[in-house]
Amino acid sequence: MDVGIVGYGAYVPRHRIKVGEIAKVWGADAPAYEKGLMLREKSVPTPDQDTITMSVEAARHALERAGIDGSRVGAIYIGSESHPYAVKPSGTVVAEALGATPEIHCADFEFACKAGSEGMFVALSLVKAGQMDYALGIGADTSQGAPGDALEYSASAGAAAFVFGTKDIVAVCEHTYAFMTDTPDFWRREYQFYPRHAGRFTGEPAYFKHVLSCGRGLMERANMEPEDFQWAVFHQPNGKFPMRAAKELGFPKEKVEQGWLAPTLGNTYSGSSPMGLTAILDVAKPGDRIFMVSYGSGSGSDGFIWRVTDRIEAVRAMAPHTRAQLEDRPIYIDYGTYAKFRGKIRKLAD
Amino acid sequence: MRDVAVIGVGMNRWGELWEKSHRTIWTEAALEAIDDSGVDHVDAMYVGCMSGGLFMGQEHLGPLLAEQLGMGPIPATRVESACASGGLAFRQAYLAVASGAHDIVLATGLEKMTDVDGGAATYALSTAADQEYECYHGITFPGLYAMMATAHMHRYGTTREELAEVAAKNHAHGSLNPLAQFPMKVTAKQVMESVKVADPLRILDCSPITDGAAAVVVVPLDMAKKMGGPLVRVAASATATDTIALHDREDLCWIGSTARAAEEAYRQAGCGPDGLSFCEVHDCFTIAEVMVIEALGLFDRGQGGKGAASGATALGGRIPINPSGGLKSKGHPVGATGIAQIRETVMQLRGDCGDRQVKNAHRGLTQNMGGTGASSVVHILERA
Amino acid sequence: MIGSARYWREIPQRYRYEASKCTSCGKVFFPPRLVCSKCQGREFAQTVLAKTGTVETFTVIRVAPSGFGDEAPYAVGIVKLDDGVKITAQIVDCEPEELEVGTPVRLEFRRVQQDGESGVLCYGYKFVPRV
Ligand SMILES: [Zn+2]
Repeated sequence: MDVGIVGYGAYVPRHRIKVGEIAKVWGADAPAYEKGLMLREKSVPTPDQDTITMSVEAARHALERAGIDGSRVGAIYIGSESHPYAVKPSGTVVAEALGATPEIHCADFEFACKAGSEGMFVALSLVKAGQMDYALGIGADTSQGAPGDALEYSASAGAAAFVFGTKDIVAVCEHTYAFMTDTPDFWRREYQFYPRHAGRFTGEPAYFKHVLSCGRGLMERANMEPEDFQWAVFHQPNGKFPMRAAKELGFPKEKVEQGWLAPTLGNTYSGSSPMGLTAILDVAKPGDRIFMVSYGSGSGSDGFIWRVTDRIEAVRAMAPHTRAQLEDRPIYIDYGTYAKFRGKIRKLAD
Repeated sequence: MRDVAVIGVGMNRWGELWEKSHRTIWTEAALEAIDDSGVDHVDAMYVGCMSGGLFMGQEHLGPLLAEQLGMGPIPATRVESACASGGLAFRQAYLAVASGAHDIVLATGLEKMTDVDGGAATYALSTAADQEYECYHGITFPGLYAMMATAHMHRYGTTREELAEVAAKNHAHGSLNPLAQFPMKVTAKQVMESVKVADPLRILDCSPITDGAAAVVVVPLDMAKKMGGPLVRVAASATATDTIALHDREDLCWIGSTARAAEEAYRQAGCGPDGLSFCEVHDCFTIAEVMVIEALGLFDRGQGGKGAASGATALGGRIPINPSGGLKSKGHPVGATGIAQIRETVMQLRGDCGDRQVKNAHRGLTQNMGGTGASSVVHILERA
Repeated sequence: MIGSARYWREIPQRYRYEASKCTSCGKVFFPPRLVCSKCQGREFAQTVLAKTGTVETFTVIRVAPSGFGDEAPYAVGIVKLDDGVKITAQIVDCEPEELEVGTPVRLEFRRVQQDGESGVLCYGYKFVPRV
């Protein structure tokens, strides 16, 4: 029995800050960042947007496309490294807003930027196991980069949500694969406000080792080659890494560009490759195959192979497209406003 | 029902009274009213106070203040209807005397607003609106009135300048009132250039945060006649309510509770808007006066903006509005405002108002409202 | 400052816009209530508010109440939803100058306030302009 995505949706905040605006504050070389990391601007959440609110909006879009009522969803898993509560689930708020309570399984996931794809895998697997008819997997983040840190140029906000089911499938899940080791390349300790990372160690032994191993393992398991895919999407900590990973795995630029949102979206952490997938679904044709590999520091990658069905044509227009949201009336802010929005200004305590 | 007269009035200088507690402020006003009336005791008292709890952490004001006045065992009742608490306290006193329940009743109003900071005061005032479906969303009282202003300007073409003229006019009146908190004159230009609070309203469109109290003594008209002195009769007392949330009103440009209370008051007094010499109305914001004078039937719907701008509502105009300076200049210690309106009206009818005296004042109307007009109290007083 | 219970009991309205419709006269109430203010009817059917509407009136809050200071200036409006119900909420993701009476808007799920740094987060609806 086929299992797959029956509805998908994304949410992109409208506020943006340009890489040049951040670089100006720290005396950094903006053109070098823009060229080296292939980042031009990133989305910024307003103080009233967080993982919960973006998850609700993305999930509402996913339910609209799935054509089902929230009450039919049997599980909800939100992957994020920016759950608004340290203790108390994001998922309960989202489930309540979707009308999915009370007969529903729920827990929040955290695995740096991989929590979203892991949520997708678990939701998919529960449906596959016959535990429930529908399950919701969400990747969402309002990620923080410390002031002046390299992460500040990329850490952004967004969400993607997927309803998994067995009827009216939009994209069948043909194969999955996971590759994980204990690799401390990026972390945030309890009670710390900003994450830390291990500089260039985040590259070869971390991102590339896991993404490439996962990608190769996935193709091996499926017995497929890059030529078998029309599209590929990877985790996007910046614009450069996913392009290099694609090249090393043998995917040409044209297959990657549609889901390559980082240059104008930034790194939405748990939302990154899932949002890229939604952008691809917005344009993919029936029969197309999509190759997806996520990455989360710590470290691991989830791989998925999706085959798009005829159903895609019927559901695409039922909710806003991801790139349309990305391009919809962006509101540019200066660093001062950004610092205020992101709680980076020390104020008088209440 | 017995005819009722007001025989004594009291009020102290309003403002930021840092050195005085609410007990002192209130007792000063109460004693002045009692002394002015010539009575040696009162049978009962009412205290209009919006939020003793939030402004001063003190509820249970009835017994507390009765005891301060040295009249310990008398019945003492606190009355609350947000900013209309004072007007409603006066109405309770009126009803107590008219019904025969009591003969000599002290009606008072009090608010001590400066013991909390601005944020807490804004919050306390906002409790007059719907906490769950208005204030939850970050709306403030200036914001609610600003939305009424936006609607009025959009529908009727009321201008920013016309609103500013209300403030200029009331400050001009207040400059003649020795008890006013802000007796300085302001120009319409100054109002329009003052700090923005909630668009389109600016700080000089808003009544201030004030400490203050006021008190009046009411008795049966027959008793007042025997006591001698100037006679001021309560010709009408009416109150009405509307939805607590502004968004639940059919018409955002119309203060229905005031219109309904006024209609009833005119019926009781046997006069219409034309029969009034002047009015004391609830100008908590400039737009409020504009909308209230329409609801009172003094101006056609949508034409309230012309009131101050044409000079019609100034002293010497067709119908002087707020000769005391109104809430805008005199100050707005919320629970005391309705009583202060009665005091001003009594003094005008007695001819005791000096430079701000309305010529040939024989009948005056007071209009006091709570929230965005969820409650309104209208009284008509006349020389007997 | 909003306590848990007080916040929690309004969740059906704040998250899902649940309203009630008088079965005798059809008037819609948000939030639901026990007596119809139009016909005094006491029987209601559950309904849900329309998600889109137009701005009936609005203001821009420059002096915010405590808890909202970081967001000022922000717009608040009364919006007439497509089903005729009017509700108050913030209007976000727009410059105040863009707003006018009649601006088309839709509901979006947002954080509305929070009880200090350690208290409960309060969610609900805000309006965003729609094209
Ligand atoms: Zn009804």
